[in-house]
This record gives sequence, structure tokens and C-alpha cells, in this order.
Amino acid sequence: MDDAAAGSRIDAEQVAKVAALARLRLDDGELERFTHQLADILDHAADIEALDLEGVEPMAHPVRIVNVLRADEPGAPLDRDEVLSQAPAAEDGQFRVPPVLGEAP
Amino acid sequence: MSGAVAGVDPERWEVVIGLEVHAELATRTKLFSSATAEFGGEPNTHIDPLTLGLPGSLPVLNAHAVELAVRVGLALHCTVQRSVFARKNYFYPDQPKNYQISQYDLPINADGWLELPSGQRVGIERAHLEEDTGKSTHVGGGGRIHDARYSLVDLNRAGVPLLEIVGRPDLRTPEEARAYVSELRAVLVAVGASDGKMEEGSLRVDCNVSVRPRGTEELGTRCEIKNINSLRSLGRAIVAEAARQVDLIEAGERVVQETRHWNEDDGRTHTLRSKEEADDYRYFPDPDLVEVDPDPAWVEQIRASLPVLPAERRHRLAERTGASGETVALVVERGLDDLCLAAIDAGADPARTLTHAEHNLSDERSRDLDPAAFAALVRMEVDGQLTATQAKTVLAELVDSGGDPAAIAAERGFEAMDTSELEGLVDDLIAAHPAEWQRFCEGDGKITGFFVGQVMQATRGQADGKAVTALLAARRG
Amino acid sequence: MSVERALSGSPLPSAVETAAAVRAGHRSAVEVLGERLERITADEDRVHAFNLVTAERARAAAESVDARVAAGEDPGPLAGVPVAVKDNLCTQGVATTCSSRILAGWEPPYDATVVDRLQRAGAVVVGKTNLDEFAMGSSTEHSATGPTRNPHDLSRVPGGSSGGSAAAVAAGFAPIALGSDTGGSIRQPAALCGVVGVKPTYGLVSRLGLVAFGSSLDQVGPFAATVADAAVVCEVVGGHDPGDSTSLPGAFPSVVEHLDDGVDGLRVGLVTEMLGDGIAGDVAARVRAAAEALAAAGATVEEVSVPAVAYGLSAYYLVAPAEASSNLARYDGVRYGVRVDAPTAGEMMEASRTAGFGDEVKRRIMLGTYALSAGYYDAFYGKALRVRTLIRADFDAAYERFDVLVSPTSPTTAFAFGDKTADPLQMYLNDVCTIPTNLAGHPAASVPFGVGDDGLPVGVQVMAPALGEVAMFRTAAVLEASAGAS
Ligand SMILES: [Mg+2]
Ligand SMILES: [Zn+2]
Repeated sequence: MDDAAAGSRIDAEQVAKVAALARLRLDDGELERFTHQLADILDHAADIEALDLEGVEPMAHPVRIVNVLRADEPGAPLDRDEVLSQAPAAEDGQFRVPPVLGEAP
Repeated sequence: MSGAVAGVDPERWEVVIGLEVHAELATRTKLFSSATAEFGGEPNTHIDPLTLGLPGSLPVLNAHAVELAVRVGLALHCTVQRSVFARKNYFYPDQPKNYQISQYDLPINADGWLELPSGQRVGIERAHLEEDTGKSTHVGGGGRIHDARYSLVDLNRAGVPLLEIVGRPDLRTPEEARAYVSELRAVLVAVGASDGKMEEGSLRVDCNVSVRPRGTEELGTRCEIKNINSLRSLGRAIVAEAARQVDLIEAGERVVQETRHWNEDDGRTHTLRSKEEADDYRYFPDPDLVEVDPDPAWVEQIRASLPVLPAERRHRLAERTGASGETVALVVERGLDDLCLAAIDAGADPARTLTHAEHNLSDERSRDLDPAAFAALVRMEVDGQLTATQAKTVLAELVDSGGDPAAIAAERGFEAMDTSELEGLVDDLIAAHPAEWQRFCEGDGKITGFFVGQVMQATRGQADGKAVTALLAARRG
Repeated sequence: MSVERALSGSPLPSAVETAAAVRAGHRSAVEVLGERLERITADEDRVHAFNLVTAERARAAAESVDARVAAGEDPGPLAGVPVAVKDNLCTQGVATTCSSRILAGWEPPYDATVVDRLQRAGAVVVGKTNLDEFAMGSSTEHSATGPTRNPHDLSRVPGGSSGGSAAAVAAGFAPIALGSDTGGSIRQPAALCGVVGVKPTYGLVSRLGLVAFGSSLDQVGPFAATVADAAVVCEVVGGHDPGDSTSLPGAFPSVVEHLDDGVDGLRVGLVTEMLGDGIAGDVAARVRAAAEALAAAGATVEEVSVPAVAYGLSAYYLVAPAEASSNLARYDGVRYGVRVDAPTAGEMMEASRTAGFGDEVKRRIMLGTYALSAGYYDAFYGKALRVRTLIRADFDAAYERFDVLVSPTSPTTAFAFGDKTADPLQMYLNDVCTIPTNLAGHPAASVPFGVGDDGLPVGVQVMAPALGEVAMFRTAAVLEASAGAS
């Protein structure tokens, strides 16, 4: 695992993109430091790149049960005032946030 | 002309339309939690830990939502299959977990079709389960999203079960698109999956539109139009968007793939999303949920419990009556097909029966009409004991208060007019209006109505309009 | 044999002894609690095991236990037993912070299922214990409330992420504690603090009310001073919960009744891959001594290769961050927790998350976001899921020949503060022996087995196939009994 390989695994531009997707802001120093650390970790993970996994099923979960279902019966709701008392800002029974720009996808 | 869209030259352009319909399923509770799924309510009263995305909360799948999804899937001729819930990750204030639990590469229903009243079959790519989001209200700036001062978030609707039905791009005109949504709504209501109320957001339509030069195969770049709240808007939005895309291309520009927003007020679609950040939803299997693998025997049980669906009802009615597609579609849409079939079984003339259903039975209560009484009425009419107008009057009373058609007719003094009496009347009229008669003889069809109207006036509606027309023709020779 | 405790005070009664005394009316729950609160008052300043000590509530709970005993009722198998709860388990009306700034002040409106079950069994919650923020770490240094110190040597880490729970038991603040284990977060701090720690089979203990880190890996489990105490806690908190879709049907296997069964005839495999490179010599020596002790007790012991575990670390550091990146998206300053204001909702979310999360959490969120993002999914996340299959298959093959597998829990004894914080990868390597069982969903326990060259505790890991808890506890009980002797 030489430095060239590490550099190719993730660069600052990709880290910046990932940070934006994750709603995190990085200053220049952080960007450099995180890029380095993430490259190191991904470098270590390179050992699995060499594995031949042809025909191996992915295992997203250890539990092999299926069809876990619940009856369609209402339960008691949470108390709105209590819930909103935990919110950073509330108004008229709703959560208040700064203006939303753009629509949901 | 088929395949024409207003404002777009049909010789040169073909419009390609594919619809994604989100239907709220008629469950009592949310898709993954026991908060009520009821419409409306005070803001943030239909909430529980999962709805709020509280730390430590976990989803458990609503069995009834699965059953309703399977009902729709079977009604749409889909394959019901093993499915996996995935997380669609994106940040938005009314999305409490900042991911939506949906189905991605393994939807519960795949590969079906919907038959429209015209007989056209529209492909269904998939119909999958997912959760709804909450609602943001934009305060200040006249409620417009762009210049709002702040936004308020209500999570009552967050987590309500949705079935996203993704249609293939098989539609070509606004009429076809509207017919598709109407038909889909009829199916959803028929199987009990949804109340189909577009105005309450129970049914939401996203519309993908692209254009291509007529005769070519390759699909053009499409735009997805959101915020379509009615069938009328759907048609208008398609017309506006198709014209916008054709104008762009004809001006030498390119259509950019994007999501656009229909604005009812100015009748145009608008781009809204900032494109600085490409969507990357990072779908992956939701580790809080297990697979849904419907038991084939259970699926067959559900199939057996489905009602007869609109397309099959249309086929059945058309076969028995030989009536036109439009008439049959209308009668089925009104839910009068069972009544008509029962009346026909009881000896009513099929054509007369459908004519009444089409023209005289728009009232909701008509479905409760006694088929035997309806059949007796049609028989009286065909036998010449009632004129068409009289029959209509008797029918209206049957719908209102039931009873025996013969008794109602007698009570109203309806008797078929004597033929010789009618002949005398017609001859008198011809003599009294020579100029009109002249025009009639010269082939002016419009003047027929004048004579029929005069006869009706003289007989206070008791004459049979058809008989009058026949007499006039006979006199002309 | 045992090192000199850095803290004062002689050992206090176990949970089993305490509950027996309280149920019989020989001791009051209030008196039991008082004894532990005294310890906390004396040493907590130096250890910092807790984010919050709930003395008032605890006293009320203890009084109600005593009232039930007085009324002739049986408060349950943990009657009057003080318990420390990791601060990523929800407690109704009691701040639950995950040692993160972003959740400061948040009070859940519900108890986690495991907390509820403990309380129904008569246990008395004494406080919420420190952890690496959102359970991401192996030293409890990544905590917004500051690090927890190892009671055996205050200059050393307690391990992590459940370092506060491990330290609480080691310091005698409570006989039992709950932790969560995603990649070793119960077993590794148990090893470093010289206590018993158990991660049950995935799905045996409800995750409802556990603040999620890596949902397909997270399991709640006990810390205890004795194997028997850990077994009782497992039976109390375990078993099906309809509120967790990944909860297995049925009750927790009956382990308590098998604690004295011994290991005669049990087949024990010593995992080759976990005794070579990267494992400290003194730690490996203790594990070999443990194997000898098991052989002496009648088990057949052989070395066995489980080749795919070598890829465990790589797979884990893609799967866990991927799930975490999504699980932690909900901390956005909208509905609860900390908000940093900004002109738009999107900027507010970004500012709140940037200020609210520590570096390790950010690192893992970014790593996971990357592993799931378009263009990298197949190379990273997708591949890691296939490696999980390989690991489970290799374990399955080993379990055809062995009832349990044995290895070190941690490659070294407790290390000094700051030793590994600068290099995340070095920190991650702490979990190399514990991670594979999380990926497979199998149970594993760490049992103290003497000390290393530095006089600090060494833990031996006992792994078992899914639902193999009985064999695991039998082995652990024998190791516990022979630890003092060898
Ligand atoms: Mg869609
Ligand atoms: Zn959707």
C-alpha cells in the first residue's frame, strides 16, 4: 500500500462531496486531515478488493427470519406539548425551522 | 388525430408520458408504527417515537399495508415477490429520520399492466411500499417557498403508508394520461386499497414527459413534473411541458433532465430544485427490517378475494350488450353494470337498458334500483306502452321512491298515443307550416326538430319522438 | 495474582447474592444502594464512569422494591440490584446523550426494552454511563463529557465504547451494567477493566430504545463482576420483543441452570488467526493458559483456522459506518437536540451537525457515506456484505468441529490516554478479535483471565455459534473458576 495507491482511493474533492452529502462542513485543515485518515482506512480495506467474491451472496443482516408484521391497531400517541418542549424551536403546534429552500426530491 | 397534443405539431413530434402515482393506503395506522394514519387532525398529534425519528425508535411493518399492496399488485397483474425495504437517504426537514424507508431493487409488486377503457394496456413497472413524509408550511413571503421567512413542520402524515405505482412510458396524450389515472383510481378503490381522494392527497401524480421526433424510437430527455393536484392539471401540465420541450429543441437548445413544478396560476411548469448538488440517495437494505416474502398460498387467497375489476366488468358488459366502448366504460364507471346485467337477465332489451344507464341514471342512488322493475319498464317501452320521454319520467320516479313501473305510468296517465291520432296531428302541422315542410323535403335535417317539438308541445310530451320522425319521413316519401 | 486496585474499597456482594438477600428480606434495597452510592461518591470524580448519576430516582426505586418485599411480594430476580446503564440506552425522563453534544439535554419519552425489563426484575438504575460518542470508539476517549479512566490504572483507558459501564462495575459503583456491542464495545472494555462482558446472539436482546449505531451489528449485553451475574442479566433483558423486527422468537436460552455443568467433553477451538501477528505476547500467553485450563477441566482443545476473520476489520469498517451514516442522519436540529441557527434549513442542519458531532463520528459518517455513494457501493459496501457471508461460512465450518472458539478479547491490555487517538486505524485494530462475531451475528463473552506483564487485566474471548449461549456460559464459568488458580 504505497502513497500513490492511498491517494487514488479518496481525494480531498471526494471528501468534500461526501461531507456535503452528510451535511457536515469542513474547514481546510479538517479537509486535509480527514482526507488523509479516510485514505488510510480505505487503504486497509483494500485487502478485500483482492478477494474473489464471485457467486458469494451479500449478507446485509445476520437474522434470517422473514415476514415480521404488526396488526394494524392504533396505539397511544405521544403528548404534543411534551414533544415540542424538546424541540429547538416550535410554533403553533409545529416544529419551526429556518426557511426551506427547494423542494424535497 | 391519435397521438396529438395541443400546441405540438403531431406530424413532427411524439410526446411520451409515464406516470408515477403515489396512493395512500387505507390503513388505520402508519406503515411502520402504531400512530394513526387518519387524514387531517391538529398538527403533530398523530405522532409516536418512530414518526418523530426519535433515537432508539424502530420500525415494525403494518400487516394490513402489505395486504393492501398485494391486492393492488394482483389487480394490476403484477408478480408478487420477495421484497426488501431499503433506505433512501436525503435530508429534508419534513423527513424525520432524514431517510425514507422504501423499496428499491426488490419491490413487492413487479411487471404488470393496467387496461384502459379504450382497450389500451399500459405497462406497470412496479408498485412498491414506502412511507410518506410530513408537511412543511412556508410562512411569510405570501407562503411561497422562495421568499418564506421560516417554515413549520407537521409530521402527522409522516410514515403514512404509500404505494408508489410506477407506470411505463406507454402514454402519448393528455387524454390517455387522464384515462390512466382514472382507471388506476377505480382499481385502487375497487380493491379497497385507497379512498382515491386526489383533493386530500390520497392520490398524487408525478408525470414524466419527453418528446421525440415522430417515427423515432429513442426516448428524449425527460422532465418530471410534480405538484399535480387534479386530472385537469395533469392534462394542462402535459400540454405546457410538451410545448416547452418542443420549443426548446426547435430553438436549437437541449432539454435538461430535471424535476419541475406545475403552477396552476400561470399554466406553466417551473424548475425549482437547485441543481448544485446531484442526488445520491445511497440506497441500502434497511437493517432494522426483515424481508417480506409473501406465502404463495396467502397470495392466492388474496387473489380469490378480489372483486371483479373494472376492465373485466367492461368486457362482460360489452359481450352481453354489444354496446360501444364509451357507453360500456361510462356505465361501469357509474357502477351500473351489475344492475344492467340483472335487468337484461330479467328480459330487458340490452340496448334500451344501456341507453337509460348512460343518459338517465347519473344519480348515485341508481345503483340501488330494483333490476326487475327496471326490466319491466324497459319492456313497456319496447312494447310501445311508453314513449322514451315517459319512460324517463317513470325511471326517475323508480330511482326516487321505487315501486311498480306500470302503476306509476297509470298514475301519471301515461298511455301510448294511438297511431292514427299521431298521423292526424302530423298532417295538420305539415299543412300549417308549408315553408318548413318545403325545407324538410329539400333535405334540411335540422328542421326535423321543429316538427318533433311541435308534436311534443301539442301532446304534452306523450308522443314518441322516434315515431314522429318516422311519420315525417314516410309523408315525404 | 490480582493487581493492586487503584481505588480503595473491598469487593461488594454480587448481583445474585444481593438479590437473594433483598428477596429474603435480609437486606434492604435502600441499604444496598447506599453502599454503592458511597463508592460512587468516593471515586467517581477520578473515574468518570457516569454522564449522570440518578441518585434520587434510584432511591425512590429502591424504596419501592423494599415496599414490595415488605408487602410479601417478590420484586424479581434482580431485586434491589443497582445497575449502571450505558448512556445510549433510552431512559424515560432521564437525559440520554450518547456522550454527544448533539443530544445534550434530550430526555426520551420512553425506556429501552432492556431498561424496562431490568426495572421490572427489581433492578435499580443508578446512572447513565459514559461512552465513546454514539458508541464509536475503543477507548471512551471520544466522549463529549471527557474520558473515563480505567479503575485498575487511572492513567489508562478503560476500553470502549462502553468504557463507562466497564469501569462502573470494575470500580464497584454497581455490580452489573448494561452496554452495547457493535464491534466489541462490551467485550473489549470488559477485558481491559477485568470484568465479565457478554455480547449475545444478534436478535436475542431487543434493540428497541438502544440508540442505533450499526443496526445489523448492535447488541445489548451485560457487564458483571461474575459470570453468574452476567447470565442472570441476559435472561432478564433477553427474549423476544415485538417492538424490534429483528428480535428472534422465544426466550433467552436458559443459561443460569447450566453454569455448573463444566466443560467435560466440550470441544474447544483456539483460533489460529487471533494468536499471531498483532497480538501482544503476554496476552497470547494468557489465552494459551486459558486453553490449558479448559483442557484440564475435560475439554478437548485444538487449534483451528478461521481464515476469513482476517478480512473482518475491513468489512466492519465499511458496514458499520455505512449504517451509521444513515442512522445518525436524524440529528439535524429540527425536532430535538442541539441547533445552531443559520439562514436556511439546510444550512442550519449542517451547522448543527458540524458543531454537534465529534471528529470520530464525523469520520465514520463520511466513511459510510462514501461507501454507500453512487459509484462506490459495489466496490465497498457491496463487497463488505459478501465478506460477511464468507466470515459466517468459515465460522460455520469451524463450529461443525467445535462447540466454542477461544481467542484474546483485545490484542493488548489497557493502553495509555492519547496512545491511539491520532491514528484512527491503530484504534480500530483493537477490535480485530471481537469484530468477526458481530459480522456473523454470533455470541461471544470476555472473561478475565489473569494479568499481563504490566499487571493489568487480560480478557479471554469465548465465541459460540448463533444461539450457542449455553456452551459459551459453561466455558466462561470454568475459565472464571480457574482464573485465580493458574
Ligand atoms: Mg418516485
Ligand atoms: Zn415515492
